[in-house]
Amino acid sequence: MNDSRPFVLITFVVLIGLALLVKLFMIQVADDSFLRRAERNAIQRIVDHPYRGLIYDRNNSLMVFNNPVFDLMVIPKEFSVKDTAQFCELFGIEKELLIENYNAAKKYSWVKPSSLIKQISNEDFARIQDYLIDYPGLFVMTRSVRAYPQSSAANALGYIGEINASQLERDTAKYYRQGDYIGHSGLESFYEPQLRGRKGAKYKMVNVRGVDKGSFKNGDLDTASIAGTNIQSTIDLDLQVYGEMLMAGKRGSVVAIEPKSGEILSFISAPSYDPNLLAGSKFGENYGILNRDVDKPLFIRPIMATYPPGSIFKIVQSLIGLQEGILTPNTTYVCNRSLVACHNHPSPVNLFGAIRNSCNPYYHQAFRQMINREVSTNTYKDTQVGLDQWREAVMKFGLGTRLGIDMNGEKGGDVPGSKLYNRIYGEGRWKYSTIYSLSIGQGELLVTPLQMANLSAIFANKGYYYPPHLIKAIDGDTSKIPEKYKTKVDVGVDAHHFDMVQDAMGEALYGTAARAIMKDIVIAGKTGTAQNSQGEDHSVFIAFAPKDDPKIAIAVYVENAGWGGRAAASTASLMIEKYLKGTVERTALEEYVLAGKFMD
Amino acid sequence: MRQDDLYINKIDWITILIYSLLVIIGWFNIYAAVYDGQETKSIFDFSINSGKQLVWIGTAVLLITVIMVADYRLFENLSIILYGIFVLILLLTPFIGKEINGQRAWFEIGAFRLQPAEFAKFATALTLAKYLERPSVDLSQFRYQWRAIGIIALPVALIMLQPDTGTAMVYSAFFVMLYREGLPQRYFIFALSFVTVSLLALGIENNLYLVGGVIAFMVILILLGKKNWQRISFFALMGAIIIAYSYSLDFVVSKLPTHQQNRIMVLFNPDLDPLGVGWNVTQSKIAIGSGGFLGKGYLEGTQTKFDFVPEQHTDFIFCTLGEEFGWVGSLIIIILFMSLLIRLIILSERQKTRFARVYGYCVVSLLLFHFSINIAMTIGLFPVVGIPLPFFSYGGSSLWSFTILLFIFIKLDSHRIQMLDRMN
Repeated sequence: MNDSRPFVLITFVVLIGLALLVKLFMIQVADDSFLRRAERNAIQRIVDHPYRGLIYDRNNSLMVFNNPVFDLMVIPKEFSVKDTAQFCELFGIEKELLIENYNAAKKYSWVKPSSLIKQISNEDFARIQDYLIDYPGLFVMTRSVRAYPQSSAANALGYIGEINASQLERDTAKYYRQGDYIGHSGLESFYEPQLRGRKGAKYKMVNVRGVDKGSFKNGDLDTASIAGTNIQSTIDLDLQVYGEMLMAGKRGSVVAIEPKSGEILSFISAPSYDPNLLAGSKFGENYGILNRDVDKPLFIRPIMATYPPGSIFKIVQSLIGLQEGILTPNTTYVCNRSLVACHNHPSPVNLFGAIRNSCNPYYHQAFRQMINREVSTNTYKDTQVGLDQWREAVMKFGLGTRLGIDMNGEKGGDVPGSKLYNRIYGEGRWKYSTIYSLSIGQGELLVTPLQMANLSAIFANKGYYYPPHLIKAIDGDTSKIPEKYKTKVDVGVDAHHFDMVQDAMGEALYGTAARAIMKDIVIAGKTGTAQNSQGEDHSVFIAFAPKDDPKIAIAVYVENAGWGGRAAASTASLMIEKYLKGTVERTALEEYVLAGKFMD
Repeated sequence: MRQDDLYINKIDWITILIYSLLVIIGWFNIYAAVYDGQETKSIFDFSINSGKQLVWIGTAVLLITVIMVADYRLFENLSIILYGIFVLILLLTPFIGKEINGQRAWFEIGAFRLQPAEFAKFATALTLAKYLERPSVDLSQFRYQWRAIGIIALPVALIMLQPDTGTAMVYSAFFVMLYREGLPQRYFIFALSFVTVSLLALGIENNLYLVGGVIAFMVILILLGKKNWQRISFFALMGAIIIAYSYSLDFVVSKLPTHQQNRIMVLFNPDLDPLGVGWNVTQSKIAIGSGGFLGKGYLEGTQTKFDFVPEQHTDFIFCTLGEEFGWVGSLIIIILFMSLLIRLIILSERQKTRFARVYGYCVVSLLLFHFSINIAMTIGLFPVVGIPLPFFSYGGSSLWSFTILLFIFIKLDSHRIQMLDRMN
């Protein structure tokens, strides 16, 4: 029996060897999860954040750049300080905060660096850098924050901040990581893909304690970051700054467009804020303050606020009437104030006179003709059909729908149709007398200031527009801008109908906005006063100039400023002067506008 | 003089070749374990472990020379005396040993540290061989069985006092030799069932499954054979004992020291506490597992280089090999060990004296135990036991004791003809 035992033992040895080899095969060859765990253990990916693209204005003035800031980092293991009070004074930090930050760093890691003081300014850095050598375990890490040399155009430019949860979820390409910065509004958000560049990565090896052990595979896998693309905005920074100055202390919007291209020359939302507030270490604090501000400085009025357009809408009504053959230049109505209120002017008036004098009863009567075309004997039905036809024509003017500006959050406004009134009053229970306030741009009609400026551009162009936009060039190339901004949109009204309308707008200033008149440049404009049930009426003015060769089309909307001829027309006129001449000579008018305060 | 008569031709060079390969590969792996890619020191640098290991290797060569030139009769004659000396030393170790990690297992002599328990192994092996050589000894009889086991149990008991469970466990390897020398098979069947049941009882969460399994197994055994009352009651009793044992095991385990309990728990649930108790095994498996088929290349292993595996130059030296040379490297080392073991079995079988054969099998037993348990623990097949991989692991005590153990046998083997003459 004993003779077989040596063979049993040899078999036993072989079986043990095989068992080990099988298990080794399972974990080494068949299962690659250990390889991934090993990489997670020892290889650290360090992201190389790219330099974000700069933003220039239309004249190549810098609007946004990257300002280097310095984070003071600490390695708790190496750090020691003898005189805490002296340290605090030197580095400009309160003792409690220092202790709190140091403890947090210690808790995070004893040997890995973490930030002790965040975002030290350039000046502070210059002051402390010589002392750094006295404190072991401290070093400085450079980052950059956005900076705005003119503190201007905050709402148009937007801001960047840490990516939020829903943005992370939408990022299907998995480019972003928690804690990355991303454009949150304005151009920063819309042109994020161009501005951000491409992150690079360095692969470093670390040991079990997280201590750097050099680059992985001699850096063969490392990728350099690619700086973001610079973009040029259509904004004229001088004009923008000037407009913001004029709008100081007021609530409202100014949008100026170059009619021939749809380029937005200025985009003012008042009250605004200094964009530098939302860059850097105080972001959270300042955002909170701005967000709670009753004047809503973060609210982008030119594209988010919707108002009844008031009298400026009469021009749209005139053009639709002309195009559809319901009105001719000679169509005359009596200024019948029993229909709707008006102001003193000669009566009756033809179309030219109606525009020039902004005659309400004229449009009340003309609109009835446009709506009730007697397609049906049922007056309710007739109104419904007429209204929807009219609505379609109005929407061609870029109303009731988003114009597609290169910003997020744009509102489309509202051009009411039968659907809306059916919902409010019930089908067959409303007729012209229910909706007549639409005739003079009141009622359910809602328009954004951007759309008003676009209307002005349409009038200047005699019937077409380019969707208004803020981008002029990407990476110095104007052809790289989105295709839709190079595509002309026709409003469906023949150009010759605009001649008389332009003439009437040129005259209109003499009737309703004499202050806005310039001696050497003919401004074609139209005032409006939108009724406001909550307080003073809103003051509206649209204009373009020079009338014969329009270079600028503008809409000014000042809330609670009363009659449109006063604040809005004067502001628009000054903006036109500034843009066309470069300087403003009418200092009296300027002072008049600056003196106007229409906020509570 | 015929060529056969040259002493040098009587030495088994195959064993020595395998030994040398293992020692040299081990030495390179020790360098890989201390290498961190930044502070590059030479493999010969005496301030690091690979340099020190070179000293151990050099002195091991001296030891080999001494053993090979000594009189072969010396080992047999000194066996009992050596055993006595080591028993005495082990008796003293718990009192005068240096305390490391809660154990008093080491002697410190100047700059050197020696672990008496390591050296006691070969003395025990020699004494076992000496005892079993007596013509009257028959391991099928109980009185010889308990004496042989007593020779093993004495140092084990003393080592447990240090306490060094891992090294004490190594002594159980002598049962492999006892098996060859005729210890009845039923002991091993019993031990095997005992281990199997223990593993199942610990591994299976719900003991009811085990109970069901045992009952089913016993019913099958009863149905297979004759159905007389004797057999039925025997298997029923066996089943009851196994079930009672499996239930008592949880209690027994709960009485073990916490670190041993944890090592057992981690075996069955490696993800139990990967940053705490499971750290060693988890990191060891990651290091070996990330090696893939061909490994990451010499000195390219990130896990071992950057200290993710604790004790990687001693008990966990296999990680370095597994990571840097992959499955193929592991295969080569396992084949080397298996070849060595099989070669030693063959050599033992060709011995003319029972003394040399028993001693040979003692060497096989100890090497097999160390080799299989050490590798099994690095890949999570066995609880973590602090025992080195023979010839591979860093350390003088380990290298010296295995060298002495192996070369005494090579010496005895080279004199096998003379030994027979002496007997006659």
